[in-house]
Amino acid sequence: MKSLTLKEALTQLRKGSLTAQEVCHNCLQKLKYTRNLNIYVTEVQQDSILNAAESSAQAYRQGSAKLLQGIPIAFKDNFCTKGISTTCGSKMLLNYKPPYNATMVSKCMSEGAIIMGKTNLDEFGMGSGSLDSCIGPVINPWNLVVSNQTSVPDSVSSELNGEQGLSPREQCKVEDTDWYICGGSSGGSAAAVAAGTCLGSFGSDTGGSTRNPASYCGVVGLKPTYGLLSRHGLIPLVNSMDVPGILARTVEDCTIILNAAAGHDVSDSTTVTESYVPFTVREDIDLSKLHIGIPKEFHAPGMSEEVLSLWKETADCLEREGAKVSQVSLPHAQQCIICYHVLCCCEVASNFSRYDGIEFGLRCGSEESTEELYAESRHKGFNDVVRGRILAGNYFLLKRNYEKYFLKAQRVRRLISNDFKNAFSSGIDLLLTPTTLTEAPLVSWFTKADNRTRCEEQDIFTTPANMAGVPALSLPLKLSSNGLPLSLQLIGPHFSESMMLSVGHWLEDRAAFPHLNLHLLESDTGELTSRSLWTL
Amino acid sequence: MFNISIISRILRSRVSYFVQSASLSKVPGKPTWEPIDHNKLPQVPEIDLQLIEQLERISLVELNNEEGVRRLQAAVKSASLLHLINTDGVEPLDSVLEDRELWLREDKVTEGNCLKEILSNASRVEEDYFVAPPGNIPLKKRDKDHLSKVLNKQSQSKGLG
Repeated sequence: MKSLTLKEALTQLRKGSLTAQEVCHNCLQKLKYTRNLNIYVTEVQQDSILNAAESSAQAYRQGSAKLLQGIPIAFKDNFCTKGISTTCGSKMLLNYKPPYNATMVSKCMSEGAIIMGKTNLDEFGMGSGSLDSCIGPVINPWNLVVSNQTSVPDSVSSELNGEQGLSPREQCKVEDTDWYICGGSSGGSAAAVAAGTCLGSFGSDTGGSTRNPASYCGVVGLKPTYGLLSRHGLIPLVNSMDVPGILARTVEDCTIILNAAAGHDVSDSTTVTESYVPFTVREDIDLSKLHIGIPKEFHAPGMSEEVLSLWKETADCLEREGAKVSQVSLPHAQQCIICYHVLCCCEVASNFSRYDGIEFGLRCGSEESTEELYAESRHKGFNDVVRGRILAGNYFLLKRNYEKYFLKAQRVRRLISNDFKNAFSSGIDLLLTPTTLTEAPLVSWFTKADNRTRCEEQDIFTTPANMAGVPALSLPLKLSSNGLPLSLQLIGPHFSESMMLSVGHWLEDRAAFPHLNLHLLESDTGELTSRSLWTL
Repeated sequence: MFNISIISRILRSRVSYFVQSASLSKVPGKPTWEPIDHNKLPQVPEIDLQLIEQLERISLVELNNEEGVRRLQAAVKSASLLHLINTDGVEPLDSVLEDRELWLREDKVTEGNCLKEILSNASRVEEDYFVAPPGNIPLKKRDKDHLSKVLNKQSQSKGLG
């Protein structure tokens, strides 16, 4: 069965031409056959998924179906799920089963969504490749179709071969092969949607962690306005910037999920209290009333020719179709990533003091003193990247450095935020920029530099929106000459989701991006066989 | 079967959807980033043994190898680029919601009776308590020989400088 969009699935479910069981079965099938991509940290048991599908089918029969009834979705493994382990991709939380649901989880469940599992990520969301998880990297699903130069490693997921009896045609180790990364840190959530294992997913976006993998995996990634979606139960990285992110195949799918998830939450005082008005994307936007800004600082060194030309083509197309397109300046965009880095480390140093091994999490080491136990548990529980950010953060927060680094970075943050205010108050409706410098990089290239260096390159176009708290949308528009997704980003003023998504929908409609459809791998009998997967 | 030829067909069909217009694009043709004048940057302070011990004590994690020290140096060096920006008279920005009143709930108990759930994630409990080893005992001094290469090199270069 073809991979449906969330909207198509809902339409067919309501009509009765498709059952919730069929939708779930289709996703489960794709989930099983892409297990070697290491997309999920924890899969929900098949029985409970099928039971939930049965209840959803009943809801449709009785006419009591809710907004997301019967729709399979996935959550990044930093959203707390009651009774389902929530690891953040860290040894620290491998044994952690939250006693409560994050608000995003409970809202989706109460709207009838079916949770497929918890998706893989860089440890605690710190990274831009989804390579730094304690259970191993996520492999970009586009590797399955793009090239014969890359091959999918099988050793990242050990259960696969035994349980499903699949045997990849070559036994290869990760280090022996080269493959395209899926970006991060919500790489699992982006890959889960791209591979068709769910119809929508949640990531988190602190500095681009939803938009970056959306860009590399060819799905739509929405970072909503800070304060629109509840962070309750989203394990914090940087409280002043974290937002839940939404990933789906299309802009309309993102909108449907947003409508189900947005709004004030009594458990998160940083959600705004205005009541949220659900909307649908407008089909009839009048481009002549639209003023698009092209921030010139977003042409950064290292941008690929293909990304640049997509950016130009799209800006020119909007202009040709009647929109006003102007070059604008966000003068502090170049320094944004440095500012982000300092603020991130400082908040991490503070936030991560909760992990001491006593109330929850890894406890190991000497029981001679509290300090020894804390130090050893934290040392063994965190990877190098997390430890490095804690140490750097505590350096910036030392009394003698506090003004020089932390307050300085907060001052620069205001300048960045003012850049956006100035652009939007000058009459600009939306900014159009690339999401990333290039298509998905190869793992061999990506691992040549350390995590910090890569984040400083990878997140340059995405961190500004987090600094200012404004909404942003990454849209896949075209395939590169290597057959990989190329994406652009729209950034709007606070709470402009409705307009931003409508323009995104217009662009998406124009571009007709060829989504990854693993159903094409199915054999004539409609079964996705291991053979068809491995003989591309 | 789905293969490269299908992909290239898809590609060909999509290439022309945004036809290049002859007009001058608003997208800059060349990168616009200003080159950084490294001479204007303040000297990155030296990271010595005393500082490492202080950071490890307050962070309760160790810089376990020379790579860790180098990474910290790189992070500090990179952060020093902030000093190129003039922030005179600019107030720090804590939260993007600074001009709003945040919602506070009434100070009333809304949840409770969850002792079992709260204790369920602890590795060690006794009756209804979390168990922690004795407190107020300073961390033992860690051997720093494994960092000697980085630290010695620094003091050497300091001596030369």
